[in-house]
Amino acid sequence: MMINIPPALILIFGSLLIPFLRGRLRSVYIIGLPLLTFFYVISLSEGISWVFKVLDLELVLKRVDRLSLPFGYIFSLISVIAAIYSLHVKDNLHLVSAFIYAGAALGVVFAGDLATLYVFWEIMALASTLVILTARTKKAISAGMRYLLVHLAGGLLLLGGIVLWFKQTGSLKFDYIGLNYQDLASWLIFLGFGINAAFPILHAWLPDAYPESTETGTVFLSAFTTKTAVYVLARSFYGTELLIYIGALMTAFPIFYAVIENNLRRVLSYSLINQVGFMITGIGIGTQLSLNGTVAHAFCHILYKALLFMSMGAVLYRTGKINATDLGGLYKYMPLTTIFCIVGAASISGVPLTSGFVSKSMIVSAAGEGGMLFIWLTLLFASAGVFHHSGIKIPFFAFFSHDSGLKPKEAPTHMLVAMGIAAFLCVAIGVFPGLLYSILPYPVDYQPYTPAHVIDQTQLLAFSALAFTLLMLSGLYPPEIRCVNLDTDWFYRKATGGFLVLAEKVIAKIDYQIIGEAYEKIFVRGMLALARLSKKIDTSGVDKSYHTLAKGSLKLSEIIKVIQTGKVSDYAFLMIIGLITLLLILVLPMLS
Amino acid sequence: MQQEKKGFFDYQDNVKRFLRGFYLFLVLVVLIDPFIHKHAYFGFDGYPSFYGTFGFVACVLLVLAAKHILRPLVMRREDYYDD
Repeated sequence: MMINIPPALILIFGSLLIPFLRGRLRSVYIIGLPLLTFFYVISLSEGISWVFKVLDLELVLKRVDRLSLPFGYIFSLISVIAAIYSLHVKDNLHLVSAFIYAGAALGVVFAGDLATLYVFWEIMALASTLVILTARTKKAISAGMRYLLVHLAGGLLLLGGIVLWFKQTGSLKFDYIGLNYQDLASWLIFLGFGINAAFPILHAWLPDAYPESTETGTVFLSAFTTKTAVYVLARSFYGTELLIYIGALMTAFPIFYAVIENNLRRVLSYSLINQVGFMITGIGIGTQLSLNGTVAHAFCHILYKALLFMSMGAVLYRTGKINATDLGGLYKYMPLTTIFCIVGAASISGVPLTSGFVSKSMIVSAAGEGGMLFIWLTLLFASAGVFHHSGIKIPFFAFFSHDSGLKPKEAPTHMLVAMGIAAFLCVAIGVFPGLLYSILPYPVDYQPYTPAHVIDQTQLLAFSALAFTLLMLSGLYPPEIRCVNLDTDWFYRKATGGFLVLAEKVIAKIDYQIIGEAYEKIFVRGMLALARLSKKIDTSGVDKSYHTLAKGSLKLSEIIKVIQTGKVSDYAFLMIIGLITLLLILVLPMLS
Repeated sequence: MQQEKKGFFDYQDNVKRFLRGFYLFLVLVVLIDPFIHKHAYFGFDGYPSFYGTFGFVACVLLVLAAKHILRPLVMRREDYYDD
């Protein structure tokens, strides 16, 4: 290989040219750039390069090994597919931020040290926020701001953890960390990763923000943030028992939400958490089979989840509607989109001969082989549940169900091409799993297509479908209703108001009355004397520089004014972030 | 916008035919099941049609729990958050 650069830089710097290109050249470039990245990642061989020594730190920008490579392949591959899907997008800021986001995800995957990882982690957070904000609707902007605040808080936890970790170990090398119950550093890093992985309770940013981006933005979003978190957890926290329970919980609780949710892209967001739950469980089990399963499932999941989001994006693009209550009967007008959606739905459900079947079963088998009865039953329940809402509900309510009267055109050609590629890959992996198995971290000794396994999975799915059919026919199935379903984001969307009341009524009172009074008696008198003295100095020369400073701060505040949303919850959130920062500043010196 | 179209599922006979095919498929997979050699992890999962029974019961419970427990707890008006 003649050229040797971190793959992230191709997308990040390459994307900056997009605004200067027009017409056909721009389209070619938009597809060519991720395609170039993909071929470059394919050509990589294992090894470490781009090592920098800064003081006593060793930064590694490019570490290629059996764990980073499969994530590199799929991240660059999905960038190509999403780029093709985005060809109609005129908004350069949207595209550039999506590409930088994808590039930063590659940066995290190939980072060999925690400092490099952190930098790309934050670029991801900022770029993905822009991907949401550039939907330019009121809902998207407020959801995007909440998303940013959650990820800033997560980034702070991670930063604190990294600093502590460095103080304790003297090394920034990013490898196994492991959860040590007395070790604050490992907890902070764990939680920082956990926010991006959408751990339960910390998950609400995902179904809050993802459905608000554009038809193209959500495709990008669905691929990178949670899966980089899966990657970093697989590298640094494999075999952590707590992850088994966290993962199992993640597979189970979102499917209840998915059943009652009306916005179909929000249904997919909940099922995204459910799917990541399988991967997290696999990391927690920590055997070669389960870790292989996690990587394989991440690979397949990115493809079929993007495919499902693309099909719903096409529906949104053509009809302007995404709620189950507004859709139905579209199969007559968008037959190809319907077929692609069904392929994605079959894959996420794990229908034999699709990709989900050959990857998810590795994790479920690992739980079974480990004799984890309760976990195994939960995963089985989640497998049936995901079929129920992603496998049936999504295609049924969008394309079949009652006729909504909508008569849209079929999706544009470039969207069909992107969906076609993803659908083809879903089936190809399902039929020829050997190719996927050959790129996994450990040698694979697993046979998905045994008669018992095929018939068991077929029964599980077919009888879940029967349950849906009978509940529908009998009218017991909960009707789709226009509504908002409360989730843990309630705590920072509504309860933060209460936090501010507390701040105003209690803390401010203590501050003004008790501290303020004492302050006046003790300090102010002394200060007045001092002030008289300094006034003499002040008027002579300091005044002028003060004016300059004021002008400068006026300019700065004009810039800041733009990000002031005027929303109570955002300010309260900033205060919480401030509190975390303050705690970190207080705690860090104590521990060193 | 396109012309109004009639699709496959707009005809009740087709829906009935589709459902009949589906039920037939269910009967088939249940009938085949006992003849297939299973490797049970826990014992009970080797019983014939365990997976089918589990899938059916799980989904009915899932839907009823979501409808009767979760929905009353978390459902609010569409403009609840006012943003």
